[in-house]
Amino acid sequence: MSRLKILALLPLAVALSGCNYVVLAPAGDIAAQQRDLVIISTVLMLLIVVPVMALTVMFAWRYRQSNTAARYEPEWDHSTKLELVIWSVPLLIIVCLGALTWMATHLLDPYRSLGRIASDRPVDQATAPLEVDVVALDWKWLFIYPDYGIATVNELAAPVDRPIAFRITSSTVMNSFYIPALAGQVYAMPGMETKLHAVVNHAGTYRGISANYSGAGFSGMHFNFQGLDDKGFDAWIASVKSAGGSLGRAEYLQLEKPSQNEPVRHYGTVDSDLYRLILNMCVETGKMCTSEMMAIDAKGGLGHEGLNNTLPLAYDKYARRGTALGGEPTFVAGTCTPDAPQGQTTASIKAPTDTAPLLGAGLKRPTFTPLKSSSFFLGQRPKSDS
Amino acid sequence: MSPDLLKLIFGRLGIESLPLHEPIVVGTFVVVALGGIALLGGLTYFRLWGYLWREWFTTVDHKRIGIMYMILGIVMLLRGFADALMMRGQQVLAFGGSEGYLNAHHYDQVFTAHGVIMIFFVAMPLVTGLMNYVVPLQIGARDVSFPFLNNFSFWMTVGGAVLVMASLFIGEFARTGWLAYPPLSNIGYSPDVGVDYYIWALQVAGVGTTLSGINLICTIVKLRCPGMTMMRMPVFTWTSLCTNVLIVASFPVLTVVLALLSLDRYVGTNFFTNDFGGSPMMYVNLIWIWGHPEVYILVLPAFGIFSEVTSTFSGKRLFGYTSMVYATVVITILSYLVWLHHFFTMGSGASVNSFFGITSMIISIPTGAKMFNWLFTMYRGRIRYELPMMWTIAFMLTFVIGGMTGVLLAVPPADFVLHNSLFLIAHFHNVIIGGVVFGAFAGISYWFPKAFGYKLDPFWGKLSFWFWVSGFYLAFMPLYVLGLMGVTRRLRVFDDPSLQIWFIIAAIGAVLVLLGIMCMLMQFAVSFLKREQLKDVTGDPWDARTLEWATSSPPPDYNFAFTPVVHDNDAWWDMKKRGYQRPLTGFKPIHMPSSTGTGIILAGLATAMGFGLIWYIWWLAALSFIGLLAVGIGHTFNYHRDFDIPAEDVIRTEDARTKLLAGAK
Amino acid sequence: MTIAIKPTQSGEPLFYLADEHPHPEGWSTSLGFWIYLMSDCLIFAILFATYGVLSGNYAAGPAPKDLFDLSLVAVNTTMLLLSSITYGFAMLTMQQNKIGQTQLWLAITGLFGLAFIGIELTEFAHMIHEGATPQRSAFLSSFFTLVATHGLHVTFGLVWLVTLMTQVARFGLIEANRRRLMCLSMFWHFLDVVWIGVFTFVYLMGMLR
Repeated sequence: MSRLKILALLPLAVALSGCNYVVLAPAGDIAAQQRDLVIISTVLMLLIVVPVMALTVMFAWRYRQSNTAARYEPEWDHSTKLELVIWSVPLLIIVCLGALTWMATHLLDPYRSLGRIASDRPVDQATAPLEVDVVALDWKWLFIYPDYGIATVNELAAPVDRPIAFRITSSTVMNSFYIPALAGQVYAMPGMETKLHAVVNHAGTYRGISANYSGAGFSGMHFNFQGLDDKGFDAWIASVKSAGGSLGRAEYLQLEKPSQNEPVRHYGTVDSDLYRLILNMCVETGKMCTSEMMAIDAKGGLGHEGLNNTLPLAYDKYARRGTALGGEPTFVAGTCTPDAPQGQTTASIKAPTDTAPLLGAGLKRPTFTPLKSSSFFLGQRPKSDS
Repeated sequence: MSPDLLKLIFGRLGIESLPLHEPIVVGTFVVVALGGIALLGGLTYFRLWGYLWREWFTTVDHKRIGIMYMILGIVMLLRGFADALMMRGQQVLAFGGSEGYLNAHHYDQVFTAHGVIMIFFVAMPLVTGLMNYVVPLQIGARDVSFPFLNNFSFWMTVGGAVLVMASLFIGEFARTGWLAYPPLSNIGYSPDVGVDYYIWALQVAGVGTTLSGINLICTIVKLRCPGMTMMRMPVFTWTSLCTNVLIVASFPVLTVVLALLSLDRYVGTNFFTNDFGGSPMMYVNLIWIWGHPEVYILVLPAFGIFSEVTSTFSGKRLFGYTSMVYATVVITILSYLVWLHHFFTMGSGASVNSFFGITSMIISIPTGAKMFNWLFTMYRGRIRYELPMMWTIAFMLTFVIGGMTGVLLAVPPADFVLHNSLFLIAHFHNVIIGGVVFGAFAGISYWFPKAFGYKLDPFWGKLSFWFWVSGFYLAFMPLYVLGLMGVTRRLRVFDDPSLQIWFIIAAIGAVLVLLGIMCMLMQFAVSFLKREQLKDVTGDPWDARTLEWATSSPPPDYNFAFTPVVHDNDAWWDMKKRGYQRPLTGFKPIHMPSSTGTGIILAGLATAMGFGLIWYIWWLAALSFIGLLAVGIGHTFNYHRDFDIPAEDVIRTEDARTKLLAGAK
Repeated sequence: MTIAIKPTQSGEPLFYLADEHPHPEGWSTSLGFWIYLMSDCLIFAILFATYGVLSGNYAAGPAPKDLFDLSLVAVNTTMLLLSSITYGFAMLTMQQNKIGQTQLWLAITGLFGLAFIGIELTEFAHMIHEGATPQRSAFLSSFFTLVATHGLHVTFGLVWLVTLMTQVARFGLIEANRRRLMCLSMFWHFLDVVWIGVFTFVYLMGMLR
């Protein structure tokens, strides 16, 4: 496999030297595995694409009208043997690619905790992953470090070789959280949480972006991701802490308002409940959290009484929210204190500790946590109730 | 006048809705207005209005409707391509702190309009036009099953296009991307008319498309000439059948999704909102349940065209007809099982993602089989390199690259790094330009002599071909590279100067494509001027194989004086081989549908209703709706929708052809 | 196609029909109408799916069991089912060429349809008056949209019915009108089938939630 990789990279390396092909030369193990997959799949497909292109050119040249030396069989239109070949060769390649896809999709499931930090280094079970809560705002990124009680805007840092567990949401519209050097992207969606596990292997500064168009300020919605050694990371944490400033609910509501090309900001302290409130869309006082709403709905709603618990919307992110025929916008008022969360979190998907059979030809494969069938239709995981 | 009264009359349309502060738009408007005035003046001066109305606008002849679809597609191609050039220009300039020349308000409309126009008002009309023109001829029919509906469908498509064009000068278009994902497209985040233009343009055109799908299915199922069993249908007819099945089975989904989005926007319901239990993810799922089959709606007819062209110009039977048909049907079915591959990154589980990834890859098997079938059709043939065949070879070489990158994107973890990147943009332009557009051009140059009685000028055609092909590669190969550099789509400004060179190359490619388009227009003009030289009197200029070449070019109104009887897949080839003699006597009157202006009136009213709804001009919407009902019901009171072409007319037409044929010998 | 292809007397293959009968008028109509119904069916399928996804999202508001009045809906369902039966009678009498009876049955069908629409509007008005508007929750949005789309179809069917009755009165039971009555018949029964889905899936199962 590695030889194949090198062979495939050779022409690329020659043609592409001098540019930053971050997808082909990433700094994180997950992105590196995804790069390998890109290359292996390409090579597999080239097995058939190259002959087809060669045959096209060859036949096109050989059977041109002026070449009367070539055979001409105007009635020849069927050959069972050939038909078998032209259906089975692509089939075989797709079988290989399908098997590869099935394996890789499970191994590289962004929801799955890391089993290794590099191809030869399994993850140290003793180190807890660095947790980062990511919020896509209009049009900037907010990062909350719950373990350190700090938050940053448009700047993200992580220590080298320590697994990172991102929890991702958005305040208004869909975005996509993407650091090409680190790992593939995952959508950030309002009122919902997605997850991403990754690790950075090389220190350096990398670019992070929103990969999904989200409105006027979209082009300026990028940040620097710094891979730091442990010492550097501690220093960075300390510098953020010393920067002072605190991010509470009021400050968040201010920050959340649309703005473009935001500079980096540091918050030394952060409301420990803020991320949960953002995720459940109830930072505004008096608004019912979606977790609470879902818990109530699961029990059958609030009945007729529930018809009266809406209030006119006072806070407004944009110029106008009301509809032409539907009256003024409202929101559902909270019924109990939002500080009493209910429900449970989604089960996390753990990486197998022994990865040996995953790489070899062994038939035994670790069983993966089966997903609930209910998630099939929407292609989603249930909303987090945390 | 009081503001209330103004609001009652004009809704939210006001003088400030006109983009007078945007010099680019004003400039465009002046050019378009001058061109429009010149066109209208010319039509009036040469007294062409009556002719156009009688012979074209109200016609129910599938051939003329087909030609009108093609004209619509080519006109809209100019608009959509102008948008593409603007994007390329912006992305070349917006480096090193420069904001480029387009602000976000304008740029975001440009890329949205580009996508919407290219798919709905360029690719769809081109494909529908070819199907409309060719299918009835290929199956030996006199017209489609529901000729009036055909005319109505066409004008509805025009109505949608008119709304999109209106958004350029009155108000604005959507700034959401071509699929208008909520919450961004909801009223809270897009309060302006842009998304409403999007919704109503697509709804009006969508009705037309669905009806035209029903119409062509019926035509193919019910109106085939005697002897033409399903497995004797030409491949283009087969792919058209599958395409129209896809249309009927997917456009209603689009209709519902857009209806729900408009309810959210107009009435304040909560289908796709963040609050009140709405689910924006449902929109993404539903729109792609329509959106993925749409891709195959476009490309299947192109596959059909390539099949016809390859076997004609190789002078050989199509290799593996049966497997070609089955491959088409398999693609049709599978196209419904892959929609989730457009959003692997939305957080679906690994099992769901791999299911959809693998189904997507499986589509490449029948597609690969088709590729081999064309290849082995060329094998041991005598290939004549006329323009249609050149497009076909270019397609075969280009499409495999697009197919390969497509399968790559179907691997979910690979998609995580390539999704929404310029690699993806390069991929789908690679398959849509390399497949659909090249296919449409192959079809145009192949069937043009059938439609007009003279061939297209080969010099300008080849020039256009080389500009297009080289321009395509230059414009999109850099995007693959940029995608691997982690550059994503819809960006307006850049700060990494090392990227600029690639955008410059891409822009040069776009300019080459522009030259290609101009050469193509030149080709039409030159061919028209040289029509006597390029004339074909035989009706069969390519020594072709299927039934449409059995009649004259252009075919008479009734297509065939006698309904043909078919004994072979390549019906016309078989007739030629076995010494078919064209009948010279015994002509009878032929029953044909008569023209009607109802279609254009209904579509006009529907467009007016859309305009009223977009601008909240409620009286206009209500009035147009009542008008729609009244005209629609009134139309059903007309029981005499057919007439007979008298035998003398048939005899006159056929005798004229006999003379022409004799003169040619 | 059922036209037999016989070789000509000389044994030469036959390449065209010298003696042709054009397809009868309306040759494709029933197939075309069927395909249209299937596309319409798909519209309902998506609305049902939407309802299925959103029907539990009450947004802390009322649930089906708080809102639905099953006895009213049962009456409503009866109206629509009866209208289907009476439409069937209209078709039977049409076959016997009895214009008067056909018109009578059609009129009765229309009245049942009107009653259905009336009851549905009453139900909607009641719910909206209570505050259970389509804007209140995703469940209510999808409920109103699904049921009202069906209601709009019935309304359109009524307009069509009146049009056809006028045409039958003016032109009699000619071939074209028979075909049109046949199409409306398919449409009307189709709406009945959809309603049975609505009744089961929305109302009955809603009460069970």
